[in-house]
Amino acid sequence: MSKFTASLRRRTFVQAGFALGASQVIGAPFIIKALGDEPVKIGMVDPLTGVLSALAQSEVDGAKYAEAEINKKGGILGRQVQLLVEDSANDVGTGVQKTRKLIDRDQVNVILGDVNSGIAYAMAQVTNEKKVLHIVPGGHTDPITGTNCKWNVFRVCNTTSMDANAVTPELVKRFGKKWFFITPDYAYGHTLQEAFIKALTKLGGTYDGDMLPINNTDFSATLIKAKAFKPNVLLNNMGGLTQINCMKQFTQFGMEKEMALGGALFELESIKACPTDAQTGWWDMEWWWNQPNVPEVVKFVADYRAATKKTPSARDWFGYVSMHTVRLAAEKAKSLDGPKMAAAMEGLELPPDVALQPGKVAYRAGDHELMPNIFVGEVHPLKAGGTPDDYFTVSQLAPGEQAAGSVADTGCKMTQPS
Amino acid sequence: MAQVILFNVTNGLIIGAFYVLMALGLSLILNLSNVINFAHGNFLALGGYLAFTLSPVLGYWGALLVSPVLTALIGLVVERLMVRRIYNRDPVYSLLLTFGLAFVMQDMARYIWGPNGLPLGLPDALSQPITPDLFFITWYRVFMVAVVIVSVVGLFTFLRYTRVGLRIRAGTFDLETVSTLGINVRNLRTFNFAVGCMLAGLSGVLAAGQIGLNPNMGDDLLMPSFIAIIVGGVGSLIGTLFGGLLIGMAAALTTVVYPSASEAVIYAILMAVLLLRPRGLVGEEGMMS
Amino acid sequence: MTTAIVAGKESETASDKALAAAGFAGRRRILLLVAIWAALATVPFWLPLLGGYTALAGRVLVFGLAAMGLNMLLGFTGVLSFGHAAYFGLGAYGAGLTLRYLVHSTPLAMLAGTLLGGLAGTLFGLLIVRRRGVYFAMCTIAFGQLWYYLAYSWNSFTGGFDGLRDFHREPIGWGAFTLDIESNGTTFYFFLLAVFAIAVALMGFLLRSPFGRTLLAIRENERRARFLGVPVEQHIWLSFSISCFFTALAGTLYALLNNFADPLALHYSLSGYFVVMTVIGGMRTFWGPLLGAAVFVVLQDYISSMTVNWMSFIGAIFILVVLFFPRGLLGTRRYAAK
Repeated sequence: MSKFTASLRRRTFVQAGFALGASQVIGAPFIIKALGDEPVKIGMVDPLTGVLSALAQSEVDGAKYAEAEINKKGGILGRQVQLLVEDSANDVGTGVQKTRKLIDRDQVNVILGDVNSGIAYAMAQVTNEKKVLHIVPGGHTDPITGTNCKWNVFRVCNTTSMDANAVTPELVKRFGKKWFFITPDYAYGHTLQEAFIKALTKLGGTYDGDMLPINNTDFSATLIKAKAFKPNVLLNNMGGLTQINCMKQFTQFGMEKEMALGGALFELESIKACPTDAQTGWWDMEWWWNQPNVPEVVKFVADYRAATKKTPSARDWFGYVSMHTVRLAAEKAKSLDGPKMAAAMEGLELPPDVALQPGKVAYRAGDHELMPNIFVGEVHPLKAGGTPDDYFTVSQLAPGEQAAGSVADTGCKMTQPS
Repeated sequence: MAQVILFNVTNGLIIGAFYVLMALGLSLILNLSNVINFAHGNFLALGGYLAFTLSPVLGYWGALLVSPVLTALIGLVVERLMVRRIYNRDPVYSLLLTFGLAFVMQDMARYIWGPNGLPLGLPDALSQPITPDLFFITWYRVFMVAVVIVSVVGLFTFLRYTRVGLRIRAGTFDLETVSTLGINVRNLRTFNFAVGCMLAGLSGVLAAGQIGLNPNMGDDLLMPSFIAIIVGGVGSLIGTLFGGLLIGMAAALTTVVYPSASEAVIYAILMAVLLLRPRGLVGEEGMMS
Repeated sequence: MTTAIVAGKESETASDKALAAAGFAGRRRILLLVAIWAALATVPFWLPLLGGYTALAGRVLVFGLAAMGLNMLLGFTGVLSFGHAAYFGLGAYGAGLTLRYLVHSTPLAMLAGTLLGGLAGTLFGLLIVRRRGVYFAMCTIAFGQLWYYLAYSWNSFTGGFDGLRDFHREPIGWGAFTLDIESNGTTFYFFLLAVFAIAVALMGFLLRSPFGRTLLAIRENERRARFLGVPVEQHIWLSFSISCFFTALAGTLYALLNNFADPLALHYSLSGYFVVMTVIGGMRTFWGPLLGAAVFVVLQDYISSMTVNWMSFIGAIFILVVLFFPRGLLGTRRYAAK
């Protein structure tokens, strides 16, 4: 084969490849510009693949539902809303890259994300640099509205302190003050355990515990230690699948006969993945669907189930609230400008059809943290003949602001945009 | 005190046994075909998921028997379609192929069974502790060890006493000569790959009973298998057996004194072996050079 | 002594051909170089028109450099490392830790990161240099995972699972002149391009030198090279070591790009990405890995926006490349020319 034909073939190949690649990236933005009125674009970055995908998917579902609802009622400031969802793949580099893509290329007005606290934090640095409003629906690490709070970052879900402070009095009242912690060895676990210890010692309690690797699958050694310690309550601080395994082994070893089980979060998605006898314990829910005394909630759940064929969990609610918050902030500020919306959001109170719970639910001005109620109660298996997904019975509603402590406690020193 | 010691030794054996089963399948494929099966963790997950889908129909025991076989069949198809084309090429291609396969399999698992964790129901009999005193040893753990022992004995017997087994062992040493002797090496490799996948599938069913199912479950188990093979000695199945038991025991014993380090100790053993005895505990010099 | 001279001459002719095939000779080479550098230098102008964004090009450069570093070992010496992300990640962490704990200086951070990754690779190379093929690859994977494990468990130092944060790239100042790479994205892109250019020039120089030719000889036929008196292990170790330094440099740039360092930058899946970029572009060519990085990064960016099942597509691409385009985009020419 002559060199000429060979290089011709290669060149064509390379050209074809580039053309293919280029055509793909050209397509989208041009099409949108041709469509007349520009929609309000909201970008959402979440780990749709990877270990957090179940939770991320629920958040996206809630946000998409809200998008449809908002558009049906006229959109934001008279313009339709478009939600652009990107996968951060549980990787910081990808999360940061997608954030830049949404801001630089797609020109979004607001960024939502990420479930993974580390990625949420890295994204906040980018959004802060670009002066874009950033709402974190479900990333729990405390510094986001604490020591590293930023004027453009707001959060819907609770801090670990809020969750710990809400459930501790109930656990102490019902079961006692001697606790044993099983905690994963990373930032979230550390801050959660510290928050619990602070709340417990204030009530005069004593404790012991074990720090385990994040992906630990076998809890026998720790559970034996716990059994020997004879606590009143075992605190399961593990997350995701490790939490489920810990519960399973706890009940397998028959330990529920000797001590109570509790902790901060045991999310609906995880409960459903548990076998029946492991659906137990006393926990916080950041939002719970079954509130028969609140008519807005009953309607919301019915509509949501009809539209998505699933029961909304706290994560769905996070996504829903984030989207509506953008609408409310834009309407209050009469603008989509980042600093103006951020200013409007400080102290912004959610109306009942968005808050979906009793009481006042608002974004605290000092640290930009949403202050909802925290639903404290007991997880149990489904009752025979009862409603589907009714795994949790609320025993009390702890006001978020009380559980959160003061702004000074969080360490947040808010600086305004320059 | 005696209880703690007894517990930790048995726990170490249980964890080790599990690593052994997983690593043996990987080692089998590696030895004969020189292919690092990155998708091995995904075959494990596949075995677990298939058991989940089959158990309403066949019951737990039926699923336990059928799902590894199904996994082996899928492995067979994969080998025929893809893996066998890259055998005699640069190892980079086999790595990339199985790596890409791992991506596809993980995504397919998420697509078919959803991103949420799923429980695999166990028969009640297995969930009970064996005695009230030894509450931490459930019958399921004993069962797991039993299954692993049966499988390992079965595998070694197969390799030692059957014709096919003999050919596989010979092929590990010198595939060219085996081929010259008129044996269909392609079919041998396909069969070997399928057996490796069957072991992975079986590990998956066992793992699912213990830790539940999720699309990423194979990832965490892949690295300990690698390490078990390196520590034991690449090219030697007995080595893999010892390697798996060693790291399982080490991890379990470390959990007693310093729980956060139980993973670290596996890597420490890896480094120690690489520094002091690179061919592995039982490996032979020149096996994989 | 005469055997050495003869060996030198023999390997020269063979390596001449190989270098030519890799794109190192002739008028075609000059055209190619001009085209590549012209395209790279004007990225901020034409990329947004195509629906891209400058940060994407930055990512292509960083990954491209890492893949080119790997290619020195993989394509030019014929040794497979599937754990190169470890040195990439160490570079990132080294730069990040320096900026966070030691001194607010970008050049020093880059130096620290490059040294950290490069030295780790050099020391590790000593351990495994006698192994080959699959066993060598396995060890590189396991070693990489060890660093990954350290990064995500050592919470107090590296930030653990959540990654290393609270640092950012510092503006670089010489006297009165300051290069603001901190807030200006375009300036930072040109900074990346400059570092890339220097690194690539150095790499090209090394590969065209007698050392580089010897590596090619080892790739073509290791046994023969050994018989000709080439100290094979030493050369492989050097090649491994140098490639780790380049990849670590790319890692430092990655930390500067993200203002963040996270454990996944050390994970074997990123190593796999580097290998696939090298193969897609053409393993045995000099510019192949950069092209492969461009194709891969753009494809991944685009596909992951379109569908949640992007992993299937990426995996399918790996498989298709291995089965049907093993020579890669730039490599088809050499094969076809035979």
